[in-house]
Amino acid sequence: MTRTTQWLYGWLLLLPAMVLLALFTHYPAVATLWQSFFSTPRGSRPSVFVGVDNYRQLADDPIFWQALGNNFWYAAGTIPASIVIAILMAVWVNERIAGRGLLRLAYFTPTVLPMIAVANIWLFFYTPEYGLLARFLDAFGAGSHNWLGSKSTALPALMLVTVWKEAGFFMIFYLAALQSMSPHLAEAAAIEGASRWYYFRRVTFPLLMPTTLFVLVNAVINAFRLIDHIFVMTRGGPDNATALLLYYVYEVGFRFWDTAYAAALTVVLLALLALVALAQFFFLERRVHYQ
Amino acid sequence: MGNRIIRSIVAAAAAALALAMPAARAQPVEVSFYYPVAVGGPITKIIDGLAADFERENPQIKLKPIYSGSYQESITKALTAVKSGEPPVMSILLSTDMFTLIDEDAIVPFDGLLKTPDDQAWAKSFFPAFMENSQTGGKTWGIPFQRSTIVLYWNKEAFKEAGLDPNKAPANWREQVEFAQKLTKRDASGKVTQWGIQIPSSGFPYWLFQALAIQAGTNLMNATGTETYYDRPEVIAGLTYWVDLVKKYKVHPEGIVEWGTTPKDFFEKKVAMMWTTTGNLTNVKNNAKFDFGVAMLPAGKQRGSPTGGGNFYIFKKSTPAQREAAFKFIKWVTTPQRAAQWGIDTGYVAVRGDAWDTPVMKQYVAGFPAAAVARDQLPYAKAELSTHDNQRVTKALNDGLQAALTGTKTPEQAMKDAQREAERLLRPFKK
Repeated sequence: MTRTTQWLYGWLLLLPAMVLLALFTHYPAVATLWQSFFSTPRGSRPSVFVGVDNYRQLADDPIFWQALGNNFWYAAGTIPASIVIAILMAVWVNERIAGRGLLRLAYFTPTVLPMIAVANIWLFFYTPEYGLLARFLDAFGAGSHNWLGSKSTALPALMLVTVWKEAGFFMIFYLAALQSMSPHLAEAAAIEGASRWYYFRRVTFPLLMPTTLFVLVNAVINAFRLIDHIFVMTRGGPDNATALLLYYVYEVGFRFWDTAYAAALTVVLLALLALVALAQFFFLERRVHYQ
Repeated sequence: MGNRIIRSIVAAAAAALALAMPAARAQPVEVSFYYPVAVGGPITKIIDGLAADFERENPQIKLKPIYSGSYQESITKALTAVKSGEPPVMSILLSTDMFTLIDEDAIVPFDGLLKTPDDQAWAKSFFPAFMENSQTGGKTWGIPFQRSTIVLYWNKEAFKEAGLDPNKAPANWREQVEFAQKLTKRDASGKVTQWGIQIPSSGFPYWLFQALAIQAGTNLMNATGTETYYDRPEVIAGLTYWVDLVKKYKVHPEGIVEWGTTPKDFFEKKVAMMWTTTGNLTNVKNNAKFDFGVAMLPAGKQRGSPTGGGNFYIFKKSTPAQREAAFKFIKWVTTPQRAAQWGIDTGYVAVRGDAWDTPVMKQYVAGFPAAAVARDQLPYAKAELSTHDNQRVTKALNDGLQAALTGTKTPEQAMKDAQREAERLLRPFKK
């Protein structure tokens, strides 16, 4: 094989992946950035260059800031909770207990269900008066509460759905990591007289760090990406209490048809995600021990 | 730029296909038609049936109904299609989408198609309340098809238990509160087991609220879609009444009341009176296990309800032959006979007065008088909230209403904020 054919061969192998990435990832991202500097074309009025006007509008937009704040709380609430629960469940179903297979299946079920179906089920759980939660609380004599219909509880109610949905998915990764861990470690620790908590803290958890990094990156992305249930359960209401960034982008783009402003919002979302991912890799990488 | 590439690919493919096919004789006119239906079901079957009947009578026209999801999804699809250069020839979309469609330069008015005196008489045959949302600037942009209004449903058994006349619905705001107070049941611990009344406030609270504003004495916007009146004293009075039902009289559930579960709350006897669309009539008729009544909404200073539902639109990017064919179908499907049958089959309000004089409709109303309530309310009905940049201007009101209902703002503050936002949004459209 000559150098040229080798060179050609290499590029041909790369071509399918490159075309797909360029067409569906890189081109849209660059086009979005480009469009965010123009005005939205409307009927007879064509799009014109407006510089950073869309970004200036964004800085003055109270709903944007609220969505950003909501998203922060949403991430802060769902990520640690779903990771902790995932680890606990994984450790639990990793032990030799009766009905282990069924238990694993049960934990994993929420992940398999489509989010829209899940949202409809939870919508019924949260229904005041005769929903599952209302009936349950009723048994303890507590009054009925309109979980999705009040500003203070709507976002936490959605966060609970997300944790429920995500924990099972993350559990699978932790379970895989636990299974690949050598049993010698546990035996050695037992001989040394280490308590179970000490063993978990000093051996299991550090060895799970690569998995935790992977899960964390995914969890952060999902905290910005997973919005299907909002469409079914609250549509961003009451009064934007559950408007997350991506939901707001959708609303601006496909309900208000202000595509230029939606592009500016998307750029902010992309920049935010890129920053978070970079930070995760730079700071956490150092603390991760790969075997 | 992407559009142009896609379009040229499509054009090339079409050209290749045309070359491959033998020259077709007497090409039928193809009319694509977006129809908002979320899932297949009875309504899909009715539309398919109508299309088949029409094609049999007009073999030179080929109708292509495309089921396009909810109203919200349909307008999204239609506008995306417009932007990509391949819109449908006609579509049923919300009557309130009119200004959006005009601003996007997506539709043509019907006036150019009304050539004969017959056509002009046909255009005048619809209920005026429905035409308010179909005309602007002296032109007719939409033809009413599946339209609705808000009515009050009440549980006659609950009325009897509360010592009220089961055949008399509240006629005004005062009675509505009094009845609701009697109908609200609490157990020993003070917990409510049955609410007096429920007005849904999720998703599109503006629509139900608009009824309260009209009853208080004003509509929410001008006819040209360039001004809103969210902070008028009557509007604030309407919202105060709603908030009072919750906070002062405690006869209405707190927080945001879900639109979708409201009929279920009614069936489960968790609420004795509900406000919802006439479109729910068939649903309630089939699912309520008790005797129920349907009435016009109670009057404040006056009676009132907004209209709602969908209109026919014809898109601009179509050939004259396609427009003619679409127009022919729209005329065909809105004859008195068919409008009546459509109303009976679906629960929508038959859109023209003479449809109610047809024998089939007379017979239906005689057996089920509740069906005529919506018609009787039409003289008091006003145009549904619709402006330029409609979705945003409406959202400003929705946010304000939800803020007031959840108690984060006073009605006055909420409506002033909403008005300020709406004025900001509408500034570019004032000339």
